[in-house]
Amino acid sequence: MADERFDVVVVGAGPAGAAAALTAARGGLKVALIERGEYPGAKNTFGGVLYRKQIEQLIPEFWKSAPLERTVVEQRLWLLAKESAVTVSYRDDRFNDPPNCWTGQRSKFDQWFAAQAEAAGAVPIYETAVTDAIIEDGRVVGVVTDRDDGELRANLVIIADGVNSLLGKRLRAHREWKPDQVSLAVKEVIALPREKIQDRFNLDKSEGCTIELVGETMGMAGLGFLYTNTDTLSLGVGVMVSDLKRLRVKPYEVLNGLKQHPMIQRLIEGGEVKEYAGHLIPEGGYTAMPSLSGDGWMICGDAAQMVNAVHREGTNLAVESGRLAGETAVAVHEREDFSSAGLQRYTDAVRKSIIHKDLKKYKGLHGLLSFPESEKLFGQLPQAVNDALFEFLSVDGEPKRDKQKQAFRKLEGVAGGRMDLVRMALKGWRAMNG
Amino acid sequence: MHIVVCIKQVPDSKEIKIDPKTNTLMRQGVPAVVNYYDMHGVEEALRIKDKYGARVTVITMGPPSADKALKQCISLGADEGVLVSDRAFAGADTLATSYVLASAIYKAADTWGPVDMIFAGKQTSDGDTGQVGPGIACRIDYEQLTYVQQIEDINPDTGELIVHRHLEDGVERVKTRTPVLITVVTELNTPRRASLPGMLRAARYTPIVWTTNDFEELDRSKIGLRGSPTIVSKTWVPEPKHVSTDMLTGTGNEVAATLVENLFGTELKHSLGWA
Amino acid sequence: MAEDKRRKMIGLQPEGDVDWSMYRGIMVVVEQRSGVAKPVSWQLLGEARRLADKLDAPLMALVMGQDVSHIAQQAIGYGADIVYHADAPELKDYRTRPYSRVCLKVIKTYRPEIVLMGATYTGRDLAGAIATHLPTGLTADSTQLDVDDERLLLASRPAFSEKMLATILCKQFKPQMATVRAGVFQALPYDEKRTGKIIAVHQDMHENDIVTKVLEFVQDDNRVNLEDAQVIVAGGRGLGGPDGFKLLHELANVLGGTVAASRAATDLGWIDHAYQVGQTGTTVRPKLYFAIGISGAVQHVVGMQNSDYIVAINKDPNAPIFQIANYGIVGDLFEIVPLLTKAFQERLTPVMAR
Ligand SMILES: Cc1cc2nc3c(=O)[nH]c(=O)nc-3n(C[C@H](O)[C@H](O)[C@H](O)COP(=O)(O)OP(=O)(O)OC[C@H]3O[C@@H](n4cnc5c(N)ncnc54)[C@H](O)[C@@H]3O)c2cc1C
Ligand SMILES: Cc1cc2nc3c(=O)[nH]c(=O)nc-3n(C[C@H](O)[C@H](O)[C@H](O)COP(=O)(O)OP(=O)(O)OC[C@H]3O[C@@H](n4cnc5c(N)ncnc54)[C@H](O)[C@@H]3O)c2cc1C
Ligand SMILES: Nc1ncnc2c1ncn2[C@@H]1O[C@H](COP(=O)(O)O)[C@@H](O)[C@H]1O
Repeated sequence: MADERFDVVVVGAGPAGAAAALTAARGGLKVALIERGEYPGAKNTFGGVLYRKQIEQLIPEFWKSAPLERTVVEQRLWLLAKESAVTVSYRDDRFNDPPNCWTGQRSKFDQWFAAQAEAAGAVPIYETAVTDAIIEDGRVVGVVTDRDDGELRANLVIIADGVNSLLGKRLRAHREWKPDQVSLAVKEVIALPREKIQDRFNLDKSEGCTIELVGETMGMAGLGFLYTNTDTLSLGVGVMVSDLKRLRVKPYEVLNGLKQHPMIQRLIEGGEVKEYAGHLIPEGGYTAMPSLSGDGWMICGDAAQMVNAVHREGTNLAVESGRLAGETAVAVHEREDFSSAGLQRYTDAVRKSIIHKDLKKYKGLHGLLSFPESEKLFGQLPQAVNDALFEFLSVDGEPKRDKQKQAFRKLEGVAGGRMDLVRMALKGWRAMNG
Repeated sequence: MHIVVCIKQVPDSKEIKIDPKTNTLMRQGVPAVVNYYDMHGVEEALRIKDKYGARVTVITMGPPSADKALKQCISLGADEGVLVSDRAFAGADTLATSYVLASAIYKAADTWGPVDMIFAGKQTSDGDTGQVGPGIACRIDYEQLTYVQQIEDINPDTGELIVHRHLEDGVERVKTRTPVLITVVTELNTPRRASLPGMLRAARYTPIVWTTNDFEELDRSKIGLRGSPTIVSKTWVPEPKHVSTDMLTGTGNEVAATLVENLFGTELKHSLGWA
Repeated sequence: MAEDKRRKMIGLQPEGDVDWSMYRGIMVVVEQRSGVAKPVSWQLLGEARRLADKLDAPLMALVMGQDVSHIAQQAIGYGADIVYHADAPELKDYRTRPYSRVCLKVIKTYRPEIVLMGATYTGRDLAGAIATHLPTGLTADSTQLDVDDERLLLASRPAFSEKMLATILCKQFKPQMATVRAGVFQALPYDEKRTGKIIAVHQDMHENDIVTKVLEFVQDDNRVNLEDAQVIVAGGRGLGGPDGFKLLHELANVLGGTVAASRAATDLGWIDHAYQVGQTGTTVRPKLYFAIGISGAVQHVVGMQNSDYIVAINKDPNAPIFQIANYGIVGDLFEIVPLLTKAFQERLTPVMAR
């Protein structure tokens, strides 16, 4: 065992852990930041959008020094059918200043963000995996790592080890996630000269664009994405694990399918795949959130299911929860109360924060994502919308009234009748609005 | 006993690519690692330290970012890490490198006591010469044992040691006496993993930095690019060998016969002595 | 212990005269063990002969050892004009100090403009010490040699895992030194009628002054030595298991060659890692390379593309290995390889013996 004692041990140097360590170290606490990767972000992956607000609260104007890719000025949504797509997009120059969000690479960003925590005094311990918690009299008093003499004691343990949280399970904050509470995402980073990216996506030097893809996931609940980085593209898809199990398909088969789509193929053509990664995304949302604190511990970020799947927001919620955990750590050290009662303060703070509000709003969504509902929403419906528009827009001598009817019938067909179409719409609206 | 280990940070060679347009190396973003062989030198020094007690000083000449490599050695149990770093050292070939490292070893001896053993790697993955080790030994007139795969015995009192050298055609058992420089091959040992207290020490450790100003007697005409007699006059990527492949077809027996016939028709007949 | 050695720094100034024009000729340091010269030494003499003729300068050889006068004689047969021959009991086994002392003396006395050695373990050990002592520039592990109009040695060597070649010069000092990879150059055919001068070199040495002692040498005939192999029969994942290598061994035996493998095969544990060819294995340049059940991934190809002749056997006609092969056979290796072994055997065994 290391002789040294810490005030706080933070497990995991992702956005949540780094934010927690930074906040606690700035508050004068003695912090250890443990990460199993060779360096923070070494093995981490995400789709690629980083938001301004929560990070800015910790590091004003961070975008001037942080390694970011492109400033997102345009967001597109594509409803895919076999060979076509209905596209919607919004572009606004106001997103440039102040920036709203950026595309990014976790291997660079996490490293930079953790370095800020190090600069504030957090002691980095990398290439070290936490294997267990030290529990005495029902209280968490430290962690066990996979190194020799690997125990480390602390007043508090902040759990930020991501979606597959070992400590979360160990402390029974939650169980193994159910297959319909997580989706499995795969992603490729595809190298392409920056001028080509700018041409193909209609962008200026530092501008970026995101495309969310609905449909062509073999009827499984899931979303695809194609984001522009400086000289690479991020193309990926995440699908509910329960669906993958049900259909016995591998996620990369879905990704390969997407790559063949004519609209996507055109954008990635000539690119060279540089990286390939897979990762789980928490999808359980509000109802799956575990208890957030106990005797000697707090849990944040993905480890606590804090992801807003509809808006692909996760890093921001992770940073927010990390900051709240760090602030709580500072506050309870003043009173030296590390009990679950003292740490209830963190749970309360999360409740009052955007994390709770947003996740609560979408709490019904989870229902829509399960089979057979999902098959309609992610399979038949995108196809039907495309077919409907094809009917409607084909100029073939038929009167417009008939065209409209035929188009509408396509949609009814999917929903199972006119009333069902209305019902489906209502259900969707409710899911998105709590 | 005072042991110095020379380590070098090198670009992770499997990640280096060639820019197809400019034919230059794309080193950007290539992660740096400690030269593979050198970690075996560190391990052997630490084993001697564990067994007999010794002070282990790790020295590297390189850019400021090489402090990461030294911290890694500290986490394993080395006592001090010295970064010999100065713009004036840049561009050194093996002759200039051995001069600076030899000077640093003298300074380490002044600072922490006479140096009995020096470990270096068999070779680096970027320089790939294996000349720096022998160069250092020659500069400071130490015994030199290269390609050591086992240290059979050390007598810390007399300084006598017996080692096994790994050669192309066999193993040589050699006896010598300190002070000695040993270059190591991977068969020597399996490097350890740092303990948690080691990681904590390394996280807080700041390597010692020596610049040109820290060496009183340094001859500045013998360091860096200026002190390097070898000049890289050009680099190029060899043209992929242009071959017109002869695809042999027919039954198994036919292709086998054709291939043998064809090969016998080449100069292989002579060079391989197929009379 | 080290106290008395302090403050002495060797190799700062070239000693004596610095009239570099006095340096003429090429010297090859011949490597031997137990009275048998290493082939690389004769290969070097072959290439150095060409360079010496180009420079219109003598080709010298340095032979060191105990009872090695026959090697001095051989050096002439392989192309040397002058052989410096140092024979002493202290030189029985290679040791850095006595060998470098003789070497330095010969270089300083006879002043060659170029000194070449094999890039073997011994060659690198010795060259590194001598170049520092002189001091002069030393290029390691060269694979191409030439000289230009200004009598500069152009030594080219692979860099960055064989991805590039670099030509290296030394304008400042003489001699210009390089170690040279084994198996790259061809020895001249041995000519026993060739004549040359053999000059004995004496060096006062006393065994008592030499700290390092060689206790014994244990020859290892089973050591995997892909670098020096002339014929390599390499197998990959297509072999389907460790048993597949038996077929390769049979072919290799007939050809007097060595078996090797792709990383897929070593990773699967079918054969020891020491046999792996490629970026993370050994770089080879045999005269003949068989790639059997190997797809031809770049990481494999960089390690073997400089083989003189490449034969690929693969059941997939689109396997990339065919792009660099001289001869390609599309087919099942389990059928083809035994037939090949038989065909070679018949052809190589003298008619009488059959
Ligand atoms: C494909 C995909 C696309 C996404 N797209 C977006 C997006 O565009 N925008 C967005 O905001 N979010 C997105 N997310 C979600 C976002 O990535 C996560 O919500 C966020 O990374 C959570 O941060 P975290 O710090 O909680 O966990 P993580 O980022 O997972 O960090 C956990 C850290 O803990 C370490 N760790 C784990 N176990 C141990 C252990 N036992 N010991 C020591 N260390 C350990 C890990 O190595 C890791 O560094 C996406 C996710 C995926 C998978
Ligand atoms: C960083 C890095 C370093 C690497 N370093 C190396 C390295 O040093 N060396 C190396 O080799 N690889 C290396 N690799 C791995 C390399 O990328 C390939 O994976 C590997 O070379 C493939 O080995 P293979 O050709 O045996 O297997 P495969 O690619 O699986 O090919 C097997 C071939 O056998 C053929 N085949 C199958 N059955 C038969 C049959 N009955 N008859 C005839 N043909 C048959 C198939 O058609 C196929 O072409 C490295 C990879 C990485 C990422
Ligand atoms: N810049 C350096 N700093 C410290 N040690 C070095 C340096 N360069 C080479 N060495 C040592 O010398 C060995 C052989 O290097 P090289 O001659 O470059 O192949 C390495 O394995 C190191 O131990």
